[in-house]
Amino acid sequence: MTEAFIYDAVRSPRGKGRSDGSLHEITALDLASQVLASVNDRNGLEGNEVEDVAFGCVAPVGEQGAVISRSAVLKAGYAETTSAIQVNRFCGSGLEAVNLAAAKVKAGETDLAVGGGIESMSRVPMGSDGMGGMADPTLVFQEYFVPQGISADLIATKYGYSRDDVDAYAVESQKRAKTAWDENRFAKSILPIKDVIGETILDHDEFMRPETNMQSLGALNPSFQGMGEQMPGFNDVAILKHPDVEKMNHVHHAGNSSGIVDGSAAVLVGNELAGEKYGLKPRARIVSMAAIGSEPTIMLTGPEFAAQKALDRAGMTKNDIDVWELNEAFAAVVLRFMEAMDVDHSDMNVNGGAIAMGHPLGATGAMILGTVLDELERSNKQTALSTLCIGGGMGIATIIERVN
Amino acid sequence: MTYETLSIDIDSDGIALVTIDVPGKPMNVWDDALMEEFPKFVDEFISNDDIKGAVLVSGKKSGFLAGADLNMLGSSEAQTTKEAFEMAWGLNANLRRMETGGHSAKDLLKGKAHAKPVACALHGLALGGGLELALACHYRVCSDNPKIQLGLPEVQVGLLPGGGGTQRLPRLAGLQAAGMAIMMGQPMNPQTALAQNVVNEVVPHDEVIDKAKAWVKANPKAAAPWDKKGFKFPGGAGSMDPRAVPLYMGSSALALKQSKGNYEAVKAILSCLYEGSMLPMDTALRVESKYFTKLLSGPQAKNMIRTLFINKQAADKGAGRPEGIPPSDIKTVGVLGAGLMGSGITHVTAKGGMDVIVLDRNMEEAQKAVDYSQKIMDKRKARGKATQEKVDAFMARIKPTDNYDDLKDVDLIIEAVFERPDVKADVIKKTEAVIRDDVIFASNTSTLPITGLAKNSQRPKQFIGMHFFSPVEKMPLLEIIPGEESGDKALAVALDYNKKIRKTPIVVKDVRGFFTNRVFPPYANEAAMMVTEGVSMALIENVAASMGMPIGPLAVVDETTLQLGYDVMQSTKEEMGDDYKPTGMEDFFELMVKKIDRRGRRFGGGFYEYDSDGNKVGLWKGMTDHYPLADPQPDPQEVRQRLMYIQLIATAQCYDEGVVSDPQSADLGAIFGWGFPPYTGGPMSEIDTIGVENFVREADRLAQQYGERFKPPMSFREKADAGESFYKAA
Repeated sequence: MTEAFIYDAVRSPRGKGRSDGSLHEITALDLASQVLASVNDRNGLEGNEVEDVAFGCVAPVGEQGAVISRSAVLKAGYAETTSAIQVNRFCGSGLEAVNLAAAKVKAGETDLAVGGGIESMSRVPMGSDGMGGMADPTLVFQEYFVPQGISADLIATKYGYSRDDVDAYAVESQKRAKTAWDENRFAKSILPIKDVIGETILDHDEFMRPETNMQSLGALNPSFQGMGEQMPGFNDVAILKHPDVEKMNHVHHAGNSSGIVDGSAAVLVGNELAGEKYGLKPRARIVSMAAIGSEPTIMLTGPEFAAQKALDRAGMTKNDIDVWELNEAFAAVVLRFMEAMDVDHSDMNVNGGAIAMGHPLGATGAMILGTVLDELERSNKQTALSTLCIGGGMGIATIIERVN
Repeated sequence: MTYETLSIDIDSDGIALVTIDVPGKPMNVWDDALMEEFPKFVDEFISNDDIKGAVLVSGKKSGFLAGADLNMLGSSEAQTTKEAFEMAWGLNANLRRMETGGHSAKDLLKGKAHAKPVACALHGLALGGGLELALACHYRVCSDNPKIQLGLPEVQVGLLPGGGGTQRLPRLAGLQAAGMAIMMGQPMNPQTALAQNVVNEVVPHDEVIDKAKAWVKANPKAAAPWDKKGFKFPGGAGSMDPRAVPLYMGSSALALKQSKGNYEAVKAILSCLYEGSMLPMDTALRVESKYFTKLLSGPQAKNMIRTLFINKQAADKGAGRPEGIPPSDIKTVGVLGAGLMGSGITHVTAKGGMDVIVLDRNMEEAQKAVDYSQKIMDKRKARGKATQEKVDAFMARIKPTDNYDDLKDVDLIIEAVFERPDVKADVIKKTEAVIRDDVIFASNTSTLPITGLAKNSQRPKQFIGMHFFSPVEKMPLLEIIPGEESGDKALAVALDYNKKIRKTPIVVKDVRGFFTNRVFPPYANEAAMMVTEGVSMALIENVAASMGMPIGPLAVVDETTLQLGYDVMQSTKEEMGDDYKPTGMEDFFELMVKKIDRRGRRFGGGFYEYDSDGNKVGLWKGMTDHYPLADPQPDPQEVRQRLMYIQLIATAQCYDEGVVSDPQSADLGAIFGWGFPPYTGGPMSEIDTIGVENFVREADRLAQQYGERFKPPMSFREKADAGESFYKAA
């Protein structure tokens, strides 16, 4: 089968996903199109080379509706012949979009494509798309759905992660992100975002709190205790599905969960021919990709299964992976993955993650793939696996390998 | 046209006063007759040009309309789901026709057509289909009597309001208020109904009809709010409404938490609210009828209607009371013993309107029964549920004494002294020496055989057993146990007394443990046995809760104490001697009670740990030192089967041995005695639902895997072979 290569990866800085966030004044369309335009600019492309653009978006309604990737392609100055698709696999959308682009390349449908994502969470809040079947009683009663925070606390409860465990992980994420920024490790991928008059309004991840320590986190109240224990009482729902749990331990809060931010990212994927044709140098090969479904109440344990599937399909073992990147949706998600896969923390999320820098839902998957590629090059390592936990009980993973 | 169930009186304004008075019923209900005539009335109302509008009113003092005749629903003759739907749709469609005047929703919306106005005059309760009829009117005027109940209680018998209730109520009161009202089934009073927009006016009793007529006269062209342009769902609705989405999700979670997902009706109601709130009325009503049809053709509604309504009502009225015995006039009851049980019995007896003379060995002890009631009544007063006068009148009915002579004029004796044969023998003798010789003597006991106790009586024909449950004022069941020599009058009086204290009685055979204590201990034992096998205690407790038991079996044992379990084991051993069959739990009780002193909550700890106030802290972690957790843990479904079948089998054995003489008593006893899941209709109903053949097969599997205690009785095998069920309409 045709190989798919990564030729470039670019991302916006992450702005706070609130009305005082730096990217709040930029439309989602503008944010996405600045990132898309930079793919052409950075690679000396005219605009008619990329054949298809897949973008993840988790709340594809309002200004993010109506296939925002097609709007962004046009606004970014791509040729009108460039088609676009918007995909939604919740938090895995950005990586799914890259995998889709890669799959199109591998299948021979296209030579050069972009996979990426957009989420302006300050402008189109989470849940704006109405939660669909998650609100339908016929399914809720069948599957015992609970909100993600309850699922994260369920993971911590079942696998015995204490408040200190998750807080310590969060402190480390902040520390690593600060080091990464201090050492300019993201420089290769960051695209400063400009406003209407062309001034840069954000050139760094503004969500970070590098001063975070165990004491400051210790002062925060658990976020999901009220909805779990009192109204409406999601703990009881979770325990119906997991009757081995005696009592839920609520450990997650704003400081050890991913931040709500605005952001966009894009990854340029193509076959060997496209690289030769347009003078692009491949940075990595996409080795394998996988998406799986997992138990939907605990919801966020999918990454281990997705990672294993991706490893199996590549004929690899976990020892073949040099650097791991798992989206820090909640601290317990990463702790559970490291325990289940026997991965050392020193090889996991080495430059911090969404706890420190934020999680722009539809874009994150493409962002962390770019981050891990930069890290492979910086540390001169070979293989990396990126994975995300996904709402509704899913997981997605992509393995890449540097091309020397 | 003339009708049997209603009459029409047209006044000079052309307003028809439609008086509903279903013949032969103390209260108006949707029975076959009214169901048949209502569509004809709607036809006439729409087509008769002399009628300009209508006011619906009840011809009965008992209220407006109390809902559907459950006997009719329970005996639905529909053969196919489609037929059942057509029947369910019948009422819904005709109510809608009255509401639209037979016009299309489109024409109403565009103002091209109008319905003739219909107002409802509510002088008394409107429940279920009664309130739904009112909701289908364009305007509701209700009397200001705060005791009037307006509600949709269908969920309590496994159904949903299938006459538009799940659609009209939320469109008036909003999803949240309507959802609570329909899912809990609790009625509201007129004032609340007005605040929630369920009725339009609350006025003095004798102005209700006039106000209703006045509205009809002033509004010759009517349409329901949802048939008018610009209708907005109060509080929001639909999957894109940020106010409604959390409501849909939250209400499902809340309902799951409370129902554990066991009640089909709760789920169906939520679906009607969710789906219906996104649809125009006509389609929404059709969807409601379809969910209603699903419930009516499933086993839960049938089981719940049968046990919780039909059989419970029959039992409460004294079904099985021997014939030919005149009703007894019980004015004063002598209660012997002012301990926990005696005090509770004293309280419910006084509550039943009878005078009580409560006797104990000295005044100080006897006073305890007075204090017990005083505390309860003071609490009621503090909650605004009783006035001081009411409390005083209540307390005046209770007289403590330590003198047997004070019992000489009582009409019934209920003995509740210490559970020891010699103590009981003594009070029987002393009491019989003073009471009239026609007085019935009832002995409250949970363990001692009545026939044995009756040997101490001079008048064994008048001696009978009553097994009250603790706390007496809360527990709804009464086991009545005739001894070998008990006469018909003893049973009749016991049932008459029960009727006054408003418990649900079952009559059971005089065997050790009677019925409830034959079934519950094996269940608790099974749970404890799983603990010894290394099954996680959380798993056991959670599975029991999720199948609908009100409290986990280990928590119950902690309450009744492991000490009691140990004592019963010891006394059974002694009593049976060489015939004693080990239960396999001997070592466990020896360990918990004798070696490590975990004897139950009262003693500071058992399966659970407790704080100094006796509140649960959590399951006792030290258990795994003695019984390490099994790896892997059993499938929750298997734990459920063991906890469910141990109850089903023990019930089956009781039925087989005639401890309960009919399936109804077993079902009522199980639900109201130890909280067997009501959605099943009781263990015998559950066996029918499972199918006797499937039940026997699964019991055999469990017996093979876990032991003989799961073996079904032979008569059940025969029943299975014959392909029969225990109830006719299973």
